[in-house]
Amino acid sequence: MNTPILQMRGITKTFPGVKALQDVTLQVNRGEVHAICGENGAGKSTLMKVLSGVYPHSSFDGDILFENEPCNFSSISDSEKRGIVIIHQELALSPYLSIAENIYLGNEQANRGWVDWRKTNLEAAKLLARVGLSENPVTPVQQISVGKQQLVEIAKALSKEVKLLILDEPTAALNDEDSGHLLDLILHLKGQGVTSIIISHKLNEIRKVADAVTIIRDGKTIETLRLGEGGITQERIIRGMVGRDLESLYPDRTPRIGEEVLRIEDWSVRHPQDHSRMVVNNASLNVRRGEVVGLAGLMGAGRTELAMSVFGRSYGTATSGKVFKHGVEINTGTVSAAIKHGIAYATEDRKRYGLNLIEDIKRNVSMAALGKLVKGGWVDKNQETVVANDYRKSMNIKAPSVAAITGKLSGGNQQKVVLSKWMFSDPDVLILDEPTRGIDVGAKFEIYTIIAKLAAEGKAVIVISSELPELLGICDRIYTLSAGHITGEVPIAEASQETLMHFMTKEKE
Amino acid sequence: MSALRESLGFLTSRLRQVGIFVALILIVLLFQVLTDGILLQPQNVTNLVVQNSYILILAIGMVMVIIAGHIDLSVGSIAGFIGAVAGVMIVHWGWAWWIAIPACLLVGALVGAWQGYWIAYVGIPAFIVTLAGMLIFRGLTLITLKNQQITPFPAELRALGGGFLPDIAGGTSVLEWLTVILGVGATLALVIQAVKERRIRKKFDLENEPMTWFVIKTAFIALLMLIITFLLASYRGTPIVLIVLAVLVIVYTALMNNSVFGRHTYAIGGNLHAAELSGIKTKAVTFRLFVNMGVLAALAGLVFTARLNSAQPAGGTGFELDSIAAAFIGGAAVQGGVGTVAGAMIGGLIMGVLNNGMSILGLGTDYQQLIKGLVLLLAVGFDIFNKNRSGKGGGAAIGKRLKVKPNHGAAADAGRPTGDVPAPVLAAK
Repeated sequence: MNTPILQMRGITKTFPGVKALQDVTLQVNRGEVHAICGENGAGKSTLMKVLSGVYPHSSFDGDILFENEPCNFSSISDSEKRGIVIIHQELALSPYLSIAENIYLGNEQANRGWVDWRKTNLEAAKLLARVGLSENPVTPVQQISVGKQQLVEIAKALSKEVKLLILDEPTAALNDEDSGHLLDLILHLKGQGVTSIIISHKLNEIRKVADAVTIIRDGKTIETLRLGEGGITQERIIRGMVGRDLESLYPDRTPRIGEEVLRIEDWSVRHPQDHSRMVVNNASLNVRRGEVVGLAGLMGAGRTELAMSVFGRSYGTATSGKVFKHGVEINTGTVSAAIKHGIAYATEDRKRYGLNLIEDIKRNVSMAALGKLVKGGWVDKNQETVVANDYRKSMNIKAPSVAAITGKLSGGNQQKVVLSKWMFSDPDVLILDEPTRGIDVGAKFEIYTIIAKLAAEGKAVIVISSELPELLGICDRIYTLSAGHITGEVPIAEASQETLMHFMTKEKE
Repeated sequence: MSALRESLGFLTSRLRQVGIFVALILIVLLFQVLTDGILLQPQNVTNLVVQNSYILILAIGMVMVIIAGHIDLSVGSIAGFIGAVAGVMIVHWGWAWWIAIPACLLVGALVGAWQGYWIAYVGIPAFIVTLAGMLIFRGLTLITLKNQQITPFPAELRALGGGFLPDIAGGTSVLEWLTVILGVGATLALVIQAVKERRIRKKFDLENEPMTWFVIKTAFIALLMLIITFLLASYRGTPIVLIVLAVLVIVYTALMNNSVFGRHTYAIGGNLHAAELSGIKTKAVTFRLFVNMGVLAALAGLVFTARLNSAQPAGGTGFELDSIAAAFIGGAAVQGGVGTVAGAMIGGLIMGVLNNGMSILGLGTDYQQLIKGLVLLLAVGFDIFNKNRSGKGGGAAIGKRLKVKPNHGAAADAGRPTGDVPAPVLAAK
């Protein structure tokens, strides 16, 4: 039982400027379910991409042994030939094709170039029976639920004679019943000799199905715990995940907190496509003048969705709940209404949602409040330049002039442009979604300083972040979200990484 | 020497804008030689302006639509339809031209609103809506005209297509003086404006254009305008449609550069999501763009009808393609967010000179279409080639090939280039 099927040794993967994985070691035994745990950004998915050949062999250092043979994969199809199949978080099914067509996509059951439909559908039906899915193989995939689509993905993996199945957050998008079914299936496949690696944030699930768990933190292997040996509690795993020192520095600030500025009550949001899924569920929170409030949560907890739905219903459908500003209910149903009420939302994905990358700094800075620059019906471009120059200096945006194209700036400087844009709209409440994502350490400190300054000026600031030390370093109060629910509200004095992670992994009562 | 090198570096960093302009001049010179000087004879220059005016008018609206990331395939049919409507109003119903023209522009606005509604508020891609519009309005043209042309139009309307400003010297002078006054005045205004803008840019430390190049460029454009003035003045003076066109170019350039509407158009085309999340009412902007396109298409239809002195069932056929080509040759980007009215005008003129020059040479429409198609392909291909190259190196590719030190201007070294470096935090969820 204890013979290793997979050994990864000394895996180091570097992206320009950052070491995503550093000397990672992973050993998976034949026939076990092996869980991989870690915070957002710890390097779990990168490791799996290394294993499955998404990143070709030449792009990283280290050795991979599968069934005692070295692996030099240069693409996914190489790893699939050896029986390693990865199922990504975002399902890779073609919605208009049938279940059977999806299962054999790229691996068509063909006879001299012509698809053998009889064989395709018959074989697909057999695979569906193996994963316990009672659907007709000719049904288009978009007509079945996400939970069933996940099973189709597994059937697809089985069609490739999978030996090692990798599931990246398989239950993140599923309801409880579908999750339960999926976990049972993983155990069932284990009985048939399929080894699985499962990446998950849900510690109770890990305890239910996994034989061993490897914890990754900051791109390094921390430890491998054998669950069978007993004594491994959820708290034990959490300690491994977060046991990190507060190494970065944060600016000193003495909060001067005033009256409540914004209150959100009973906020609920449904998934825009899958209306049965509540992405945010009855969330209530508030933020006060001069206060920095954190929103902590793991991937899929609904943090961004909450913020974007409040900001002009930019996400989700059938949104319900109330927003109060200074105690008076306000309507934030469109982005321009939200901006008018003094709310600003700086997105987590500045390249896709935050900046016009082909335009220069000044035009990006003025974008959300161009009306402020209008004189006699025309935009006062001189004033625009003056304003942008002021921000360039006060925010320390490193660029030769405000006519520099934002697409060519570094991540930190781009983020400063986004912040400038929102500061120019003169908001009372700033929601900053992952404000330091993809930014180097030096620029992070500058962003923290800006946040501290905004709070000192009397703004109410909400910071969404996946980095717990960051939240602990800059916030006055932290809410935790788990599966759309607010599971905790922790004053900074009582907050630690362990308490936050405890609330973040808590299931709803 | 260093000034020269600096100028060259600047030119390569602005290769697209300069290149298209140089291309126009080269094409003009080429046909000037090939046609034994017929191309730049006063009468032919006047013809060039009048013949291409309606395409240029359409290209103004088209480049705006393209900047916002859309397309409009229906403008030819709309122009034809408005010609038919004008025919019915003026010839059949006997409306005065000063009622009929605003009424036609209003119909154009309604047509634009119809298309804008489907595109902006229902969310059907502009390609589909305007493809449908191309059929719908061609059909309505045929229905309105009952498949027969309407003619003749009164002289007042015909003046819009082929009329000239009055000769203040009463035909006694070799040069037409009103044209000279207008041309010289416009040239002076342009030079003064250029100097003023340069001074402001300098004040805010935004200037990266070398002085030498600025002087050459401004002097060259001024000279060009004076030559055209002279050529026009020595034939019949200023075509009325040229005045219309000049006013449109000035107004729309200002609108695109300095109005909230224009700036929102660029923002939408540059990044629709970012524009939405910045509170820009993207649907309203899109709707207005198509209303505007409808009005300009109506105007083009009126000019065309006036020039032919007849509203024809096939009027306006193919205009959409010429105006789209003008916008793209003039530097508009297929993905939106990039383009200028001035660029579209130069693009339109390139197409116009090609048409005119090849016609003088007696080339048939077969070869004309072949060559125009190749020119469009090359212009956009050159654009993409240059963008890909400069994206990698951070400077203009051709500049490197010529071993010219890249200009350290705005775009060249704006901070540390990130390119498409996969953000590791993003990659490793």
